[in-house]
Amino acid sequence: MAVKKFVVGLFDDEAVLFPAVKKVRTAGYKLHDVYTPFPVHGLDHAMGLRETSLHTAGFIYGITGTTTALSFMSWIFNVDWPLNIGGKPHFPLPAFIPITFELTVLFAAVGMVYTFCYLCQLMPFVKKHIFHPRQTDDKFVMVIEVTEKTNAEEVKSFLAAAGAQDINEQKAEAGWWFGRWDKDDEPYLRKIQTTNA
Amino acid sequence: MKDQFVVPARLKKTSFVLMGVGLLTLLIGLVAFRGEHSTRFWAGLLQNSSFFLLITLASTFFIAATTLAHGGWQIAFRRVPEAISMAVPVLAAILFVVVMILVFGGRDDIYHWVNPHHVAEDKILTWKSAFLNKGFFTIATIITLGLWVFFTVRLRKMSIEEDGWDLRPETGRKLLWRNTVVCGGFLVVFTLSVGSTTPWIWLMSIDAHWFSTMYSWYTFASTWVSGLALISLFVVYLKKHGYLTFVTEEHLHDLGKFMFAFSIFWTYLWFSQYMLIWYANMPEETEYFQPRVWGQWRPIFFLNLLINFITPLLFLMKRDTKRNYTAVVFIAIVIIFGHWLDFWQMVSPGTVKDLVFPWFEFGLGLGFVGLIIFLVANQLTKAALVPKNHPYLKESIVHHT
Repeated sequence: MAVKKFVVGLFDDEAVLFPAVKKVRTAGYKLHDVYTPFPVHGLDHAMGLRETSLHTAGFIYGITGTTTALSFMSWIFNVDWPLNIGGKPHFPLPAFIPITFELTVLFAAVGMVYTFCYLCQLMPFVKKHIFHPRQTDDKFVMVIEVTEKTNAEEVKSFLAAAGAQDINEQKAEAGWWFGRWDKDDEPYLRKIQTTNA
Repeated sequence: MKDQFVVPARLKKTSFVLMGVGLLTLLIGLVAFRGEHSTRFWAGLLQNSSFFLLITLASTFFIAATTLAHGGWQIAFRRVPEAISMAVPVLAAILFVVVMILVFGGRDDIYHWVNPHHVAEDKILTWKSAFLNKGFFTIATIITLGLWVFFTVRLRKMSIEEDGWDLRPETGRKLLWRNTVVCGGFLVVFTLSVGSTTPWIWLMSIDAHWFSTMYSWYTFASTWVSGLALISLFVVYLKKHGYLTFVTEEHLHDLGKFMFAFSIFWTYLWFSQYMLIWYANMPEETEYFQPRVWGQWRPIFFLNLLINFITPLLFLMKRDTKRNYTAVVFIAIVIIFGHWLDFWQMVSPGTVKDLVFPWFEFGLGLGFVGLIIFLVANQLTKAALVPKNHPYLKESIVHHT
């Protein structure tokens, strides 16, 4: 990933944040992300995020589980080690169903959890930059990326007009990275430059 | 806002035509199936009356379950299941007449345990006669039907009465409390009847030697998912005619999720009932599945699985289909037809024995559909379509999945 420049603004209230998000999009700024203390209904639509494909991935994982279970059990009981169990046929489909079901659920669930973690860039020992110490607490944090077309000062005054506080400019790694916060990223130690306009 | 339903002339005509078809089929059946063929006449009546009674009763269950769960999303269309549930008294009366004729009408082709000679010669039936006897059957049927009608009518009456109340918080609490009490009472009755004894005596006793502890839950799952499909059909119908302003695709989405989930639940019970019997392979248990899986009924048995599991599973899996009015109507009709077929293969192999094209059963079914449309449309006109004083109405209006 790359180190990018960001303008960060802090919001107190959902009711202020929502119109601000809409204004950012109409103004054409590039919204990096919005961090909220709780799931906000409809924020994904306001931010213009597309529908997730996680369910499609889940379907594919599930189908993989079904095929794995059925083909593996059939191979064992018919080819590798045929056994006579209670006089049942070598392909006892009803007996396979519970295991097939379990494996479908297992593959779908585990696969979706890992895919979700990957999409959200969450993993043990992997870190992401924290833009504001209170973004994991009780405040709403909006992060706008400063591209070559964007004027940082203009974004700052725009955020101030939209009702943000603690507005500051940061240079940070945009994606996830291996490492330690106390050595590589110091949101708690760094003195945040506030430019309250 | 259109809040008062007026029955469109076309709907009225449709219901009369369907009822006419049903009545005509009944008359043709009366002529065609006489003497030794009359088994089919009564089997068809038993199948249809029990199926349609139980899917309308599913609406009362819907109201009771959502009320006890403190659900708010369904309030915007709560009057729809209420109106459907008001068909229960009429259908209960029809079923009562049918089963009473079967038990006391001097015939033993549907319920062979009613014949004292069979019971005396048969060890299993003798042993079961403490439970399977005319007296118990009649008393249990009267009590369950009476309690169903009582609770259904009570819930409907309370709901209409609450339209005259006010919006104060104390009134809202009182409303929730008394609904909770009545719904709790109903659920106890429902669990002990549909969840236990009722399907045993009405349907499972056709194969009196056989038994399955899954049977009642299987019947419940079948009628509950069809009941949800029926609610969805009426909701979409009203929505398409400009009523139910507060109902959006969010509500439809939740109904679709319910149909999806309970189709899978039905399959779970379908399979559980089959697998344990298949695994144990005991003659007295496999006797039920012999004609269905290995006999003439094999195509129907697997068609049942195709219609009631594979189709809803694949069709309702996508979010877009659950939110699409046309798609929901299509799958709701498929589900109701599929479970009607399920009831057919529960009743007919033990009575009619041979697999024949079910024109008679289907014609009767159309008659029942017409009757339900007629009764429900009539009931929908009797009250405003939105229970305006319900404390959870706002929650339903802003409902978002």
